[in-house]
Amino acid sequence: MRHILSLLMENESGALSRVSGLFSARGYNIESLTVAPTEDATLSRMTIVTRGSEDVIEQITKQLNKLIDVVKVQDLSDGSYIERELMLVKVRASGDLREEMKRLADIFRGRIIDVSDKTYTVELTGPGSKLDAFLQAVDPAAILETVRTGASGIGRGDRIMKI
Amino acid sequence: MADMELTGAEIVVRCLRDAGIKHVFGYPGGAVLDIYDAIYKQTAFEHILVRHEQAAVHAADAYARSTGQVGVAIVTSGPGATNAVTGIATAYMDSIPLVVISGQVPTAAIGQDAFQEVDTVGITRPCVKHNFLIKDVRDLAITLKKAFYIAATGRPGPVVVDVPKDITQHRCAYEYPASVSMRSYNPTGKGHAGQIKKAVQMLLEARRPMIYTGGGVVLGNAAPQVTDLVRTLGYPATSTLMGLGGYPAPDPLFLGMLGMHGTIEANMAMQHCDVLLAVGARFDDRVIGNPKHFSKEARRIIHIDVDPSSISKRVRVDVPIVGEVAQVLDEMLKLIQASTEQPDQAALKAWWTQIELWRAQDCLKYDRESALIKPQYVIEKLYEVTGGQAYITSDVGQHQMWAAQYYPFDQPRRWINSGGLGTMGFGLPAAMGVQMAHPDAQVACVTGEGSIQMNIQELSTCKEWKLPIKVILLNNGYLGMVRQWQEFFYEERYAESYMTSLPDFVKLAEAYGHVGIRVEKPEDVEPALRDAFGKYKDRLVFINFLTDPRENVFPMIPAGKGLSEMILV
Repeated sequence: MRHILSLLMENESGALSRVSGLFSARGYNIESLTVAPTEDATLSRMTIVTRGSEDVIEQITKQLNKLIDVVKVQDLSDGSYIERELMLVKVRASGDLREEMKRLADIFRGRIIDVSDKTYTVELTGPGSKLDAFLQAVDPAAILETVRTGASGIGRGDRIMKI
Repeated sequence: MADMELTGAEIVVRCLRDAGIKHVFGYPGGAVLDIYDAIYKQTAFEHILVRHEQAAVHAADAYARSTGQVGVAIVTSGPGATNAVTGIATAYMDSIPLVVISGQVPTAAIGQDAFQEVDTVGITRPCVKHNFLIKDVRDLAITLKKAFYIAATGRPGPVVVDVPKDITQHRCAYEYPASVSMRSYNPTGKGHAGQIKKAVQMLLEARRPMIYTGGGVVLGNAAPQVTDLVRTLGYPATSTLMGLGGYPAPDPLFLGMLGMHGTIEANMAMQHCDVLLAVGARFDDRVIGNPKHFSKEARRIIHIDVDPSSISKRVRVDVPIVGEVAQVLDEMLKLIQASTEQPDQAALKAWWTQIELWRAQDCLKYDRESALIKPQYVIEKLYEVTGGQAYITSDVGQHQMWAAQYYPFDQPRRWINSGGLGTMGFGLPAAMGVQMAHPDAQVACVTGEGSIQMNIQELSTCKEWKLPIKVILLNNGYLGMVRQWQEFFYEERYAESYMTSLPDFVKLAEAYGHVGIRVEKPEDVEPALRDAFGKYKDRLVFINFLTDPRENVFPMIPAGKGLSEMILV
């Protein structure tokens, strides 16, 4: 099962390596991991997308909580939540492709943020599945480069993670 | 105020003093020269100079195991830190509270591949409870305070504080914080009242109960509570290797150690009980063997542990209770005493009848008529001669298992061994730590000829500090446990498990200034031990017992097998 874990941790040097080290040392898998400071500069917020059985996810959560720098852990997938990922994708945009790429970007509500005579760079946000769908819609030969951030997640409505 | 400012090195020393530290084990080097200069000028604690950094950490570790206080070691940067890693990992696996202060190259040199530079925080990260790199002298005192707090509370463990050399020279005002609180670290003390109630109910309903205790009982100072609980209920109890002494082993309610080399009665009762109370234990592979085999029998499990991640890790439990084991057991005892319910005595009696049948198989019997010295016999005599009151440290291998099986510990913190990591070379430095903490106690290191050579240089430290440790070498000429596995599972292909050219251990002991004795015949075992603890009681005595080279440790559960699949004598 895919789970999306949200962490608040002390914004200390080495905090990221404690988390990534924990995953590699115990053989847990990380699909994506994003981290940045919050509005409180002493705290970082991390979103980890992982897969595992319920037992494994329970262990991951407990092991994360055990890290001294970790203030809070929440399994977002336990309730309703929103997840978004940012992708920058550079596509071929010459000849016939130029119009088609523009149309595709519009359909996916992407924005073209850089243009050259042969390329477009499209910015897309959404759940990972939407970004996947965009990439599938484009002829693979037209994709020159993709950069994805990995998912960031937040609880819906009153579901707030704060200390 | 300017004249009240201290250097970082002085702050380290003052913090240790203010933390109440009396003994520090260590080894100097370039990056910690300022700290050692500050140590030279103080009298609050004694510094014990070891001969290898690994030994400093093991000694501090055993000091902590035998006293319950946080052990302290100081090492220099680079090789000092890497040599300490085995010691740190040993303490981590057994949850021992330790603060290790490592020197680091000056801040400006970090990352430059400087002389004696390693990324100590990176290297030790997977084997510490937490670690710190000091970047500002003003953080030093608070960080050391945090280090002691983290090491000692919750599930204890080692904490490394890496101090760059320039930080030890910078100055700032010193104040040792009276207390420390951390928003990200709040270990649970009290167990959940509802869960405790459920647990008591389940325990009282048991028809085939079993109480299984681990190292957490020793570390959590819960031996009196465990003893009380077991005796109040009249239930059978067993203990892991790490928990020995948590319940008085000579007591008939105690079924002996369980696990890979546990007794028949302990392993069978563990497998066939209907309600299992696990206290400060973690169902590891050396204890229950194959978890699938263990789960074949239906039983309800109550698990008390201070570390939530130890619960339902290898085995699903029915009633998890997170908290300090002593506190939780106190609550349980109160409820049991107040309860009008009683365990079903007829069922309990039938269960004990079954257990006594298992016990009657006398699985620890061995050939007492042998013309060769049996290692088990040496341990039994050691028990007799010391009146069962000695601190026993051990290394890792067959001798360790024999010591655990044949020296019935009746108090906690007397049995000092590397259970989790299984570190050969632990025993002698551990004995140093114990003897420093308990100068008048009898301390024996039970070891093998393989293990003792892994830190034998510490005989020199023992001489310097006149430590009257008794080294009990069960010398069978083989790396015995390796040999045993090769005999059972590798068709007697004894690959690299036999050591030729062993030193003359008597001369070796004498070369270090100690007493050496060689014992070749069973009838000489007891006199040698009596001499060691009598005539030579103030000396380190190294007794080289030449034991039966083919003796094996029984019972044995082969790796991957279940508790009821023991190999017997």
